[in-house]
Amino acid sequence: MSSSTTAIPSLADVAQQSAESGAADTPTKVDVDALSFFYGEKQALEGVSLSIPANQVTAFIGPSGCGKSTFLRTLNRMNDIIPRTRVVGKVAIDGDDIYAPGTDVVELRRRVGMVFQKSNPFPKSIYENIAYGLRINGMAGARSELDDRVESSLQAAALWDEVSDRLRESALALSGGQQQRLCIARALAVQPEVLLMDEPASALDPIATQRIEELVYQLKSKYTIVIVTHNMQQAARVSDRTAVFWLGKLVEYDKTSQIFTAPSEKLTEDYVTGRFG
Amino acid sequence: MTRRLRNQLLDHLLHGAGMAATLLGLVVLGALLFDIFSDGLGRISWDFLTSFPSRRAENAGIYAALAGTVWVISFTALLAVPLGIGAAIFLEEYAARGGWSRVIEINIANLAGVPSVIYGLLGLGLLVRTLALGRSVIAGAATLALLVLPVVILSSREALRAVSPSLREASYALGATKWQTIWHQVLPVALPGMLTGMILALSRAIGETAPLITIGALTYVPFAPAGIWSPFTVLPIQVFNWVSRPQEAFLENAAAGIIVLLALLLAMNGAAAWLRDRFQQ
Repeated sequence: MSSSTTAIPSLADVAQQSAESGAADTPTKVDVDALSFFYGEKQALEGVSLSIPANQVTAFIGPSGCGKSTFLRTLNRMNDIIPRTRVVGKVAIDGDDIYAPGTDVVELRRRVGMVFQKSNPFPKSIYENIAYGLRINGMAGARSELDDRVESSLQAAALWDEVSDRLRESALALSGGQQQRLCIARALAVQPEVLLMDEPASALDPIATQRIEELVYQLKSKYTIVIVTHNMQQAARVSDRTAVFWLGKLVEYDKTSQIFTAPSEKLTEDYVTGRFG
Repeated sequence: MTRRLRNQLLDHLLHGAGMAATLLGLVVLGALLFDIFSDGLGRISWDFLTSFPSRRAENAGIYAALAGTVWVISFTALLAVPLGIGAAIFLEEYAARGGWSRVIEINIANLAGVPSVIYGLLGLGLLVRTLALGRSVIAGAATLALLVLPVVILSSREALRAVSPSLREASYALGATKWQTIWHQVLPVALPGMLTGMILALSRAIGETAPLITIGALTYVPFAPAGIWSPFTVLPIQVFNWVSRPQEAFLENAAAGIIVLLALLLAMNGAAAWLRDRFQQ
């Protein structure tokens, strides 16, 4: 894919930029300590520890079944809704353990938004898709305020210009790429601090993928973004830091430029150069 | 004979046998309908629909039974639908999987297969006598509600289960509570499926005779129900009553009664299909 016309910087730019941002250490937003996760008897994650910096894009890569999506879903306790799962270890957001007893999971999920692999808009109008999160979180306010928030959310997800004249139409009539951006807008509407993205572009064509990537790049100034991807080039293009998972373990976690140019683990090198995966 | 030829022959034979089975069912149904319509269509008139039963066949009408059926089925729906949906939501969304919920699930499935006369005996013992509801509309409706409840629960659960997990995840991920997710996202999507189940269940209830006779519904009622405490009769009982008369003319009334019952069923199923299409948009 050509990157000449996009706002996304080349790998070299990323490397340079990461080096710069690495120099001025950004504060930690999410701190994970010795996290293990079990589906029934089966262990999916083994002692994962890493720190996710605020206002940066952190990518999780690794072969299918390596635990990267499971790990992502532990960060907003989405795995809670799967029966017979168990978590050991600690996940802290802004220093607060989100698995501590008494944690308000509903409020946690508002603060830590999520975009899924398969776009899943509600079978309602475009407007209602955005307004739902605002209403249930008591953020709807007056009608005009709600209208404003719907508009600003759609603008933040770079969708407003395409849908502003058909907000009352069904969200299911949008194209795949538009649906996924609607899901991003929906997540942004409730003003999260962290945005989790689980392979958000894996079902999209190259053009739509590019738009999502541009969006990710723009959004990181306001949000802490964690993105799971199968696509190594995508990780290289959009992320500041990259974590490599293999068989439920964290193999290596470093600046993206480091991971792709001078990995310290043999496994990482084999994976990013496409020797397996 | 080559293998190929034999397979072809077998294919044709099965095709023919399947078609014959289908046609047999259709022919029997067609003959039945023809018989009923040729006997009863002549009796269908405004007078027939608005007259009370009479000892003279030509004066007898279906009004009391029609009104009774409408009363009883309305209250059956009023009792069974909220209870059934509530139970389905609890079992599908809230109850922990395993142990007890398995036991409850198996029992509900079994209850759906219990003969209706058994529900009549339950209604007689519990509702008519112990709770002293008498042979009233409400006792009949409650008995039929018990009868259709398992079917309503099972079909509602089926509809809830068919809702895509990704829809629930989308809602939870926005910070929705379980109830908000169920009420705003899951139920609207499950509603068409639930409605179909309800109407099919009520269609079964509308044709039931045995449990209502068991609880003591009257067979000769020269009045329409005045309220839920009123005695009543229903269409199938009225038909049954007319069929058991020796005079030829009453058999015509019975056929006409069946036509009215069929029309009511058709209207209900039509309404279900219409509602389903409306909600699916």
